[in-house]
Amino acid sequence: MSASQTAAPPLHFDLRTDTVRALNSRLHDPDGAGRVQVSNPDGRHAIAVGIDAPYEVEIDGHVGYYCAGMNKQATVRVHGNCGVGVAENMMSGRVIVEGSASQAAGATARGGLLVVGGDASARCGISLKGANIVVRGSVGHMSAFMAQRGCLVVCGDAGEALGDSLYEARLYVRGEVASLGADCIAKEMRDEHLEQLRALLEAAEVDADPADFRRYGSARQLYNFKIDNVGVY
Amino acid sequence: MCGIAGIYTKTEALRSQLGDCLARMLGELSSRGPDSAGAAFYRDPAPEGWCKVSLYSPQVDAWPWIADALGARFEQARLAGVRATHAIVDVAAEAEEVSAWLLEAHPELTLMSAGRTIEIYKQAGLPSQFVRDFDLAGIEGSHALGHTRMATESRVTTEHSHPFSTGLDLCLVHNGSLSNHNRLRRTLTREGIRIQTDNDTEVAAGYLTWRMREGASLEQALEGCLEDLDGFYTFAVGTAEGFAVLRDPIACKPAVMAETDEWVAMASEYRAIAVLPGAEDAVTWEPEPGRVYSWGTAVVA
Repeated sequence: MSASQTAAPPLHFDLRTDTVRALNSRLHDPDGAGRVQVSNPDGRHAIAVGIDAPYEVEIDGHVGYYCAGMNKQATVRVHGNCGVGVAENMMSGRVIVEGSASQAAGATARGGLLVVGGDASARCGISLKGANIVVRGSVGHMSAFMAQRGCLVVCGDAGEALGDSLYEARLYVRGEVASLGADCIAKEMRDEHLEQLRALLEAAEVDADPADFRRYGSARQLYNFKIDNVGVY
Repeated sequence: MCGIAGIYTKTEALRSQLGDCLARMLGELSSRGPDSAGAAFYRDPAPEGWCKVSLYSPQVDAWPWIADALGARFEQARLAGVRATHAIVDVAAEAEEVSAWLLEAHPELTLMSAGRTIEIYKQAGLPSQFVRDFDLAGIEGSHALGHTRMATESRVTTEHSHPFSTGLDLCLVHNGSLSNHNRLRRTLTREGIRIQTDNDTEVAAGYLTWRMREGASLEQALEGCLEDLDGFYTFAVGTAEGFAVLRDPIACKPAVMAETDEWVAMASEYRAIAVLPGAEDAVTWEPEPGRVYSWGTAVVA
């Protein structure tokens, strides 16, 4: 199929008549590009997963689990809410959720940008490995658990145990933090951090002042950070 | 994994579609729980001074005589309806008295629920089969809870299916598993709470019954779960007036809630809400862990 003409009218999938498999198969065309509209997602799982081409996918409605999982290159915009694990293991590209996201948004994501317009619930950015996540609202408990690289920006509040067992990811929170997880501490906001945050907010099209945020990171006191433990095994 | 669903109607028009709404919700949740399915409907109240019991017997021809036997014992009783293996009987007596007599005189029957408005139906097997066998789509009422089960803690039988009755006009459906149910079952049994199976959810139902017997409101009893139950749970509790929802503080199990001018609904996943009329315009949100949500005047005195 020839699908690389970006000027072509958008492809349209209505998930009340087309299957998720048909949609995803089309999106798996490695030479694909251009706009794809998806209507009536009705909370179905695994919509637009595994894309590795510069598609622009627009989904009109609420989606179920793992939407835009493993995304590479594509921009996926959800005009609604997301179930568990939106953009999990994203490699690159952008995923924009206009509503709220359920648990484990952006879990293990390695690259790209995830923007959540509403709130994200528990475990947002769990085991984050290099992607950036910007949440306009608040995040639930255990967010950024064991996060290794990348940034989590929260414009609202953060729930219990933020950044528990954190590695090198950076957390920026504007509102209240219910509690910090093990080894997560507040850190000084230096110029480089203000600059990084400004760029992330701009990329996410969020109008907020970086100076209103606090930075949190790892105190590097847990077992894995102790040089004496390196030779144990 | 299991699936749970609840719907509370706000308009007269939707009451006639209650069973159809719940049937469609259960259809979407079938993949979360293909072992068994069940439902509690709140409908058609028994007359003043009467009660209503839901009975289960695998022998389908068992019903006319039980209404006669109840009539003989309590002066008046009538068979209000039969659906598959279940019968609803209205009896001119207090629900506690009728329940006690049934358990004593007819241990071969399973008492699924008692009260003035609740009816419980459940069956091992695919949810779609349950919906067909019980003609669920034809049931009218004010509100309903449903469950699709994927068993982890105990056997797959009709008796082990949800909802579990937790007292008069009360029932519980559960997604999750409890770790301390064996110890809690012993405690509750000592307190005189009757538990019929080795199912973990039935212990949670018994716990709510016990707390409310001791004077707690439904809300207080649910808050007690946060302290006394160890494990994972999203609970939905049905009452004569509405329903309540609670998730464990770690939020291991999913839940979505939604509201329009016509209904309030909860489900394990949004796809089970998407089948309701006007769902695309509903306000939807994820209930916070460790917080009791309730609709109707869902607090029992």
